Amino acid sequence: MSGVVGQALLVAVLAVPAVGAVVVAALRHDRAARLVGTVAAGLTLLAALPLVAGGDNGGAGPDPSPAVRPWHQVDLPWVPGLDLRLHLGVDGISWPLVVLTALLTVLCCGYTLWKVPSGGSGRALVALLLVVEVGILGTFLALDLVLFFVFFEVVLLPMYAIIVGWGGPDRHRAARKFALYTLFGSVLLLVGVLVVVTAAGTADIVALTGGTGLARGPQLAAFTLLALAFAVKSPLWPLHSWLPDAHTQAPTVGSVILAGVLLKMGTYGLIRVAVGVAPEGAEWAAPVLGVLAVAAILVGSLVCLAQTELKRLIAYSSVGHMGFVLLGVATLTGTGLRAALIGNIAHGIITGLLFFLAGAIKDRAHTGDLAELSGLRETAPRLAGLLGFAAVASLGLPGLAGFWGEAFAVVAAVRVGGPLWLTLAVLAALGGALTAAYLLRLLRQVTHGRASSPVARLGPGVARAELLTWAPLVLLTLAVGLAPILVLGVAQAPVDALLPGRP
Amino acid sequence: MSMVQTVDNVALLPAYLAAGTAVLVLLADLLVARARVTVSAAALGALATAAGAILVGGGGERRTFCVGADCSYVFGGRAALVAVLVALLTLGVLGLSGPLLRAGATPVGEYCFLLAASMTGGVTLGAAGDLISLIVALETLTLPLYVLVGLRRGSLASIEAAMTFFVVSVVATTLTLLGAALLYASTGALHLGRLGVLFAEQPELLDVPLTTVAVALVVVGLTVKVAAVPFHAWAPTTYDGAPLPVAAYLSTVSKLGGVVALLAVVQHALPARTTGPVLALLAVLTMTVGNLVALRQRRTVRLLAWSSVAQAGYILAPLGALALAAGRTGDARAAAYAAAVAYTVFFVVLELAAFAAVVALRPAGADGGTLEELRGAARRRPWAAVGLALALVGLAGLPPGLAGLFAKVTVVRSLLDGGAGWLALVVAVNAVLGLAYYLRVVAALWSTGQPAAVPTDPTPAVAPTDPAAVATGPVATGPAATGPAATGPAVTPTEPAAVLVRAKPVAAVLAAATVVALVVGFAPQLVLDLAAR
Repeated sequence: MSGVVGQALLVAVLAVPAVGAVVVAALRHDRAARLVGTVAAGLTLLAALPLVAGGDNGGAGPDPSPAVRPWHQVDLPWVPGLDLRLHLGVDGISWPLVVLTALLTVLCCGYTLWKVPSGGSGRALVALLLVVEVGILGTFLALDLVLFFVFFEVVLLPMYAIIVGWGGPDRHRAARKFALYTLFGSVLLLVGVLVVVTAAGTADIVALTGGTGLARGPQLAAFTLLALAFAVKSPLWPLHSWLPDAHTQAPTVGSVILAGVLLKMGTYGLIRVAVGVAPEGAEWAAPVLGVLAVAAILVGSLVCLAQTELKRLIAYSSVGHMGFVLLGVATLTGTGLRAALIGNIAHGIITGLLFFLAGAIKDRAHTGDLAELSGLRETAPRLAGLLGFAAVASLGLPGLAGFWGEAFAVVAAVRVGGPLWLTLAVLAALGGALTAAYLLRLLRQVTHGRASSPVARLGPGVARAELLTWAPLVLLTLAVGLAPILVLGVAQAPVDALLPGRP
Repeated sequence: MSMVQTVDNVALLPAYLAAGTAVLVLLADLLVARARVTVSAAALGALATAAGAILVGGGGERRTFCVGADCSYVFGGRAALVAVLVALLTLGVLGLSGPLLRAGATPVGEYCFLLAASMTGGVTLGAAGDLISLIVALETLTLPLYVLVGLRRGSLASIEAAMTFFVVSVVATTLTLLGAALLYASTGALHLGRLGVLFAEQPELLDVPLTTVAVALVVVGLTVKVAAVPFHAWAPTTYDGAPLPVAAYLSTVSKLGGVVALLAVVQHALPARTTGPVLALLAVLTMTVGNLVALRQRRTVRLLAWSSVAQAGYILAPLGALALAAGRTGDARAAAYAAAVAYTVFFVVLELAAFAAVVALRPAGADGGTLEELRGAARRRPWAAVGLALALVGLAGLPPGLAGLFAKVTVVRSLLDGGAGWLALVVAVNAVLGLAYYLRVVAALWSTGQPAAVPTDPTPAVAPTDPAAVATGPVATGPAATGPAATGPAVTPTEPAAVLVRAKPVAAVLAAATVVALVVGFAPQLVLDLAAR
């Protein structure tokens, strides 16, 4: 594929949803607007998929510079006074996340076509979903630190509006908490980014990756700020407390986007920006990061064991799963980073599916209380079966997507060696067992037993729109589980380039 | 030395135009006595002033009233920027005044004359080259405002606001004058450039306690005009008691004037070693206190007033970098001044948009009201609500208010350039506090709850005017013809809130300010280039 086509696709990936959002907001007819939005999201996905073609997948080569080799890139000046360039690019680390984002947005817009959550109008929701998509995709594609920050911020208010406009009964408090926590993270990101930019004199991620041109002092300062910023977004224990509220109160599509891709902005930023730009700082802070990650795994799992609400349990499970991803990053090894990347993707797919299912169950039964949701298998066997599948995938059954990220994060920690990392690996493995425990408890409570009164009223049917929405996620869970090369193949070279001389 | 000076009248053209506007308005009001003509004369004059400032400013720096190398009037890039901004903001405020003037409690001729007189002060302020010119220009800007704040007939809150403003402001001016006198006593100079040279050549001057006291007095006196903590307490009372357009003028032009005066003395005259720590401390206090108190506000204009106190902190913050040696290098200083100017430009645009939206959302001639009264306003006036939301989000520094985002980036950037990372972190954390209350207003606009039926606040400045009086009373002499009538037969006296402002000028100002905010949001380089001149 020629360079121009790649560049055009790259621009289209951001321009199509942006224009789509404007059109959707301008259209008067609600259903037509939702349809236009879904089409725009679909076109975005179609533009994102072929970006992989023409990419230099295999050629890692012995020469590690430059450490970021985008397959396609666009580089235009924007604000020279602030070192801000419109520099976009895609490589093996960002492409899977770009596709995941585009896919989940299509599914969410499509789902909205079928069912609009109560609250505001459907077209406003779709427009906001598209704006969120622009922000997330921009974050993944940005190769300029200041641009990265700008896109990081774009997501915040539309997501706030989605939670406030279409959320559950306690939505105002949850949305405020989400906005303030996230803004706290992103102002730290701003300071961190500008520390790097003023110290190095450039904001170009391609030039900065590898830590060249940055002294140790600024690296440590920058990594501390950046890691804190991304820890809020990911979220890393103990900065996670916005997550359960926001995920529980958000409408189904909001939860799917939140858990599916919004959290990945944090882990992606940690890999691309924090570790990439300040490797010395990363090395210095890795043990702390590792300890916090394992704490997140254990705390997340233990809290899940005590949850009594379906959506809240799934929300808290994200804390644990993202803990595995962060553990992988903290090892600073190729294995660990690859585990983190595939863990990211797997969590996006599986948790997206879980939130869709939880939303479907709550919409039907009008309750999310686990105690009132027994016997789903009796009345809604398909729903129960899908929930079982997603839960089993989430707990990391080999052969399904969730397995690779968690298993290899532990393997990477073991390989680093030393008493600290061995302990962390053992504790993380224990956390994996706890994950299995709470998901199996969830299944036992929800699907088994005698049908409770809210469940007894359920019909067995699943709407065609729902099946269409969920099927891609089910298939991807299987595909990534059986052939992790789908993600790892493209990520191999860039990860090796990011960590020269590490296994 | 010859006592006859050659005067460069071209350099003075913007000042002539602004002063001419005031005279023209006065004459128009005397001779024609039609509100529409008076307002049009003021608006045209403001436009002409802006055009004149652009013309003169485009031709390079011009100096006049010179004694040797020291000039009292230097019309360069900064002065042109300030003059254009002041003239355009005055035009904007005139546009917002329609509903107030139509409501009839405010004399049109006096109102427009005072506004034009104040504009004259603002236009000359940026060009002031010595301390006395600076203080006179600043007072010319401020003096008419004492009257404007209290101009509403029969409003106690308005008079209270005017008195507060008057007392505080006069004390501040006295302090500045005393400081200037002491500076003259210890250095023998009044020209800003001369003072700067003296302090650079004779650092031992700073060891004299008198000099330190003088510098402190000048800086403190000027920070009152910016409404920086701890000299901020007049702002909320004055803003809330003043008519809405005057509050808009206070928080944009008046604040701009204070910033420009402060910048002039800090940049050209006073030693950064002394002013830096003071400004750093003031900046930290101002943004933190402003944001914390704004969190508790229940009245719209008071919230905006406290937020503008906090914003003054962000404006001062880049100057705080002068406290450290790393911030006093040539490059870092230039970046700090440019950042402060750039932030001010972004801020006044967003602030004007915010006030325009509040005017549009409120009944004609009413005060800002409570946040409760804005509840659900998005359903009644969706575009005005969107405008207010955009402006507030911009003030919070978040997309889609990119102008505010880049303003914050500029400030943090200049602070890090100056090695003041700690101050950058304070600014950053304050941005989070800021979002908390801006979000509350935005959320209220789209809230689905029922709006409060009757405003129960004990201190409304003036009750929304009885529609019957509007239709028949003083409007006959007021500018009722400048826009579509705000009242109609459908309005019953029991529903004052239904007297929605459908004035075109207000909408035009809101639209223009929003468009400018969007444009500078996507092309912030425009502002950065202007600010660096």
